[in-house]
Amino acid sequence: MNTTIMLFLVQDGITNGAIYALLGLALVLVFAVTRVILIPQGEFVTYGALTYASLAAGQMPGTAKLALALGIGAFAFDLFVARKALHARLVVRSLITNIVLPAIVLALTVYFASQKPPVAVCIALSLVIVAMIGLYLYRIAFQPLAHTSVLVLLIASVGVHLALQGLGLLFFGAEGQRGPAVLSGAFTAGALRFTGQSITVYAITIAFIVGLWLFFGLTLYGKALRATAVNRLGARLAGIRTTLSGQIAFLLASVIGALSGIMIVPITTLYYDSGFLIGLKGFVAAIIGGLVSYPLTAVAALVVGIVEAFSSFYASNYKEVIVFMLLIPVLLLRSLAAPAVEEEKD
Amino acid sequence: MQSRLPILIFAALMAAIPFVPGMPPFWIVLLDNIGLAALVAMGLVLLTGVGGLTSFGQAAFVGFGAYTTAVLSTAYGLSPWLTLPLSLLVSGSLAVLLGLITVRLSGHYLPLGTLAWGLGLFYLFSKLEFLGRNDGISAIPPLSIGAFKMLSPGSIYYAIWVAVIVSALLTMNLLDSRTGRAIRALRRGHVAAEAFGVHTPRAKLLVFIHAAVLAGLSGWLYAHLQRAVNPTPFGAQAGIEYLFIAVVGGAGYVWGGVLGAAIVVVLKEVLQSYLPLILPGSGQVETIVFGIMLVALLQLAPGGLWPWLMSFLPERTSGRKPDTSLKLEQRSRAPAEAGVLLQVEKARKQFGGVVAVNNVSFDVQAREIVALIGPNGAGKSTTFNLITGVLSATSGSISVLGRKVDNAPPQEIVKLGISRTFQHVKLVPDMTVLENVAIGAHLRGHSGPISSMLRLDRTDEAKLLAEAARQIERVGLTEQMHQLAGSLSLGQQRIVEIARALCVDPMLLLLDEPAAGLRHMEKQRLAALLRELRDGGMSVLLVEHDMGFVMNLADRIVVLDFGTKIAEGAPATIKTNPEVIKAYLGVAA
Repeated sequence: MNTTIMLFLVQDGITNGAIYALLGLALVLVFAVTRVILIPQGEFVTYGALTYASLAAGQMPGTAKLALALGIGAFAFDLFVARKALHARLVVRSLITNIVLPAIVLALTVYFASQKPPVAVCIALSLVIVAMIGLYLYRIAFQPLAHTSVLVLLIASVGVHLALQGLGLLFFGAEGQRGPAVLSGAFTAGALRFTGQSITVYAITIAFIVGLWLFFGLTLYGKALRATAVNRLGARLAGIRTTLSGQIAFLLASVIGALSGIMIVPITTLYYDSGFLIGLKGFVAAIIGGLVSYPLTAVAALVVGIVEAFSSFYASNYKEVIVFMLLIPVLLLRSLAAPAVEEEKD
Repeated sequence: MQSRLPILIFAALMAAIPFVPGMPPFWIVLLDNIGLAALVAMGLVLLTGVGGLTSFGQAAFVGFGAYTTAVLSTAYGLSPWLTLPLSLLVSGSLAVLLGLITVRLSGHYLPLGTLAWGLGLFYLFSKLEFLGRNDGISAIPPLSIGAFKMLSPGSIYYAIWVAVIVSALLTMNLLDSRTGRAIRALRRGHVAAEAFGVHTPRAKLLVFIHAAVLAGLSGWLYAHLQRAVNPTPFGAQAGIEYLFIAVVGGAGYVWGGVLGAAIVVVLKEVLQSYLPLILPGSGQVETIVFGIMLVALLQLAPGGLWPWLMSFLPERTSGRKPDTSLKLEQRSRAPAEAGVLLQVEKARKQFGGVVAVNNVSFDVQAREIVALIGPNGAGKSTTFNLITGVLSATSGSISVLGRKVDNAPPQEIVKLGISRTFQHVKLVPDMTVLENVAIGAHLRGHSGPISSMLRLDRTDEAKLLAEAARQIERVGLTEQMHQLAGSLSLGQQRIVEIARALCVDPMLLLLDEPAAGLRHMEKQRLAALLRELRDGGMSVLLVEHDMGFVMNLADRIVVLDFGTKIAEGAPATIKTNPEVIKAYLGVAA
């Protein structure tokens, strides 16, 4: 093998790995706070990417309508839960966050979609749309199940994934799309060429890792989220609104997912169902990180990216097999180091 | 236990269906598909609903079964009947391999692990040359008996449904047995089951293999129904769908798997054929509806439809009382169960910087009731866990009958004749009192899974249940024998735990707060029972907070405070010991 190819593969691997790291972080975050294993993370990626690409191409993305529809659903759920004590303040607040907000965004999207808006507007709109979808999804699908076991939440999460993937096909069609680069331009260092896009990927990943670390370590909300993760009941007794923690986690996860999508779609063509595989690779990283450790997840994600790059070069047929089988030795190690006493919960 | 009549009726009904005049052939195809899905779902019921192990990877085992017969019957010309055992063997042995890696994983790692290897195997199916890559393998010979070839969906129908009904019977037999009780205890954590000798990793592996073999059977039938295989039906999506089927039907019930398969297969068919009419446009609308329904179902009926349906039937009267004249042979005893039974020497347990048990020494003699008392957090339950092997001591030693047993696992400790109850009741709430207590006699029975499935275990089983019934009678809960353990009051549940511990035929009984939650009369009855056991030759070590109870009952008392032993002696001397008074009431007292 020559050094240039190796460097090139490593660079490719790191770029992909950075995306997997972001997704892995989001998965860890959501799991830690809500115990939901977020299979639909992949859909947040495709929704973000394809919404961005559609807007940039001057098309109206169906996701904006979905956000409004889900918002209406979330509003209905809020009303139903509070039906015995419908305070005006509560109703108005729910109305604003669940209906007025997505309606405004929908109006903006319709307005901008017709006139090929600048990249920044596309990014902002895509992020807001997917963030709202994530938020309302939590309200509709997961909040009513918040007290149930990890397994029930996992199956629900699979259900949400199926529905979102089907909707993705409805909104974006079976054709793949590409979007414009977020940051154009490039420079070369030695044999390697760094595009503005890949630099953006690195920068955003690092920013998020540092940001999450600071958020959880230093802020009151971050600590509240961690407390919710450890013990829901205890956190509630201490005055933490656990539903708020769940909402924040889903909001962050959907933003991270959408952002990852927006960063990849200029590099590779994405289809409505591409997110699932991308998300799963984030998973592989998250599992290696034990679903708790942020730094370990980030490192694991880089390893996954590099392994993927090398295997697609040397054994492209078995790329996916190799990446997913990477988990087996990890699981083996984890099972050998299984905890001695495990208190049952059900 | 269960009546066989409904199953016979069901079998007769299914056998009659193809003879109904005017039955559309397409319905038979649907019924074939339902049967195939039901086989896989049945395995998942055992694995997920009963055993608590979630697998997204079952479709891969269907694939193993299908590809094994496809390759062997096309490339090597083997008869399909010869490939049946081979298909099952391949899925079974790969289950052992994957199971050894995965079943030890705790909680959510297991489903994620299965998802990962399920995906990996799917890609492997679609890339391997000898499996025909994405095109798969076609021209698989049909099943045949003599000259009769099962070419049409109607002719293989019987093969499929015989497989379903036989598998259901075998699975139900397995659940209603010694091994079955061990499996049903898995979902509630392994500490209690292991304290009675259940080897939990082995039990988990067993259900894993069982589920994989059922999936392999389904795959074998599938290959000969379609007479072609390709990777698509063995992917992650299919694995998710099988789990969905089990959840819809009711993951805890064998027939729930069949019901779920029927609902999902029919629903999919209806959605695929009618949805495009309502919602024109690109396909896959059914997956949207599918996903939404899955979430809705979990929110509205998390237990599935089978238990919901069953709740309309009149409640069946409780089971028969076992014939208590049957005797179970006694636990093999060490030559001398006299003198010092248990010797704890300088036992120490540290959790990080916290010393929970600090160099504690004491012993328990034969025919003696020793009480371990002390304020909350004194290290009493930790001491229990050290003795029973749930925790391993940081230092010090524990000997039983003069033999050191340091760091032996709980399964070995119980073999020595030491059985225990738990401070926080660890019963299986959805099993009857009788079944719960019978877990205590686990090591005194011998029947394995195969003999249980084939009902060759009945004499062994009758003896186990007789012993359980005797112990229930002894503790005075005969009335509640057939009630679900979860429906009893907390005090009664503690008594059930004592009956379960007695089923071990122990020489030393460890009771962790047995009197908590009991009423005055019940406490007196418990004290009388413990005295009777002592007079019959058993020793008791108990942790208890009710001082009146302890002082009247114990022969000797050991007092712990902050992990350290501060006093030991007869009740009368402990009552007046200034150190003890200080520990309980503070200095000023």
